[in-house]
Amino acid sequence: MNLPAIWAIYKFEMMRFFRSILQSFVSPVISTSLYFVVFGAAIGSRIDQVEGVSYGAFIVPGLVMLSVMTQAISNASFGIYFPKFIGTIYELLSAPVNFLEIVLGFVGAAATKALFIGVVILGTAAFFVDLQIMHPVAMVIFLLLTCMSFSLLGFIIGIWARNFEQLQLVPLLVVTPLVFLGGSFYSISMLPPAWQTVAYFNPVVYLVSGFRWSFFGLADVPIAVSLLAIAGFTAICLATVWWIFKTGWRIRT
Amino acid sequence: MPTVEIRDVRKRYDSGFEALKGVSLDIEEGEILALLGPNGAGKTTLISAICGITRITDGSIRVGGHDVVSEFRAARSLVGLVPQEMNLEPFQTVIAGVRFSRGLFGKRPDEALIERILRRLSLWDKRNAKVMELSGGMKRRVLIAKALAHEPRVLFLDEPTAGVDVELRRDMWDTVAELKRDGVTIILTTHYIEEAEAIADRVGVINKGEILLVEDKASLMTRMGQKELTIELTDPVASVPPALSDYDLRLSEDGGSLTYRYDTGAERTGIGRLMGLLAETGCQVRDVHTAQNSLEDIFVGLVARQEEESAA
Repeated sequence: MNLPAIWAIYKFEMMRFFRSILQSFVSPVISTSLYFVVFGAAIGSRIDQVEGVSYGAFIVPGLVMLSVMTQAISNASFGIYFPKFIGTIYELLSAPVNFLEIVLGFVGAAATKALFIGVVILGTAAFFVDLQIMHPVAMVIFLLLTCMSFSLLGFIIGIWARNFEQLQLVPLLVVTPLVFLGGSFYSISMLPPAWQTVAYFNPVVYLVSGFRWSFFGLADVPIAVSLLAIAGFTAICLATVWWIFKTGWRIRT
Repeated sequence: MPTVEIRDVRKRYDSGFEALKGVSLDIEEGEILALLGPNGAGKTTLISAICGITRITDGSIRVGGHDVVSEFRAARSLVGLVPQEMNLEPFQTVIAGVRFSRGLFGKRPDEALIERILRRLSLWDKRNAKVMELSGGMKRRVLIAKALAHEPRVLFLDEPTAGVDVELRRDMWDTVAELKRDGVTIILTTHYIEEAEAIADRVGVINKGEILLVEDKASLMTRMGQKELTIELTDPVASVPPALSDYDLRLSEDGGSLTYRYDTGAERTGIGRLMGLLAETGCQVRDVHTAQNSLEDIFVGLVARQEEESAA
């Protein structure tokens, strides 16, 4: 294992994050506050409770997930796309590193950033609502797995993308709708029966449901199914990345 | 054992284009080899294949005895690459970039070594500057510093002086000479013939994915040392005047000019005496010109022969 290489990549990626630490910190605080004003105060005042939880608190896990997923994807995809774009990827390709080391460096850094944002949002939310976390260990596991798996997905997108438009395309056209329709702001049980069936095809439902369970003990799907879903998703992403490096797809000519 | 062993390497891109058509080449430890060829000859593809950036379709490459595919870690650890393009992270500082490169190659931090490298390349004063603030020549040196950060035994320089002004080119040549003194094997590609002449120990000529010639620069220079003096006469002569029989002169068909071949490296070229004797014979000289057999002539000749062969 080439540990200095993993550390070098990780540090390099984190330095990019620290260069813009203020934006990294301020923008999630502002956007979370906005969500609370709009969903919590304006709309939430008309919905008193969802399954015994105040609406303001109910949306917290979904809000955290929404930001963690989008941040993980954008950080990881940009992290590997930028060296491709400016040509510095030659150094990675000619270095004595294997796919696992490259992935650990890039995905580890993207996951760290996403985790940071997730924690900042949780902290911001605590100012607006009374937060309770029933299963803290499960909460941390779900948060970490989501950071990791969506960073992996972002990494794949970054390798696949041939230009900046494509880099934005998947997050915009696929991920955002899936997240919004994944029960971030509502319980799946609030949907009409037909849409409930459709919702179960959305992988994000399982993540948000499991994550919400760790806060309130409420879930749309059984917790074991949620865990299986995220483990399966992580495995698929890992296998894809392994295949990319084995074949050199879009990175080695 | 050669430091780099290239055996029957072929590279066919997905588009069907064959960039390397069975290249074999041995690169000896401590030498400077210049790979000379026009644009699109396959120079960069060959270097990319050795460094692991391009996958080869067929054949094998070993660096320090390690196969570049099956033992990629051992092979790549020995190799440093300075790419042709200014591929640098613009927001990074010079020293951070060099530290990153060292780490990427699995080496423990060594600040003293990094300082030595940066000082040698006159980058020490700029170590905390962002790459985007540097001039083109400085950026080129940062690329070299990054390639040297992990103490490679073999250094590839892909067109190190393309688009670089004359002064910087001399600088670059001095740097290369210094590295050679440290025992680093250096392979550089260029399409400037003067560059190969100035710094290489051996010269390889590559065109259309084939190595056409690999030769010691010294023997190439001997071939290049040949010069031809052509003397145009005012009045044509029927034969070479007997007084000039000591010289192996060639008379043109119309009798209007004499050609004398001589070696510029010889102590006496004999030109002065020839001109004196010619005046004594009473021949009037209208004009004189000389032509040198340069590396360029050899190169152009080789490429032309390859074209003819492929046409036949």
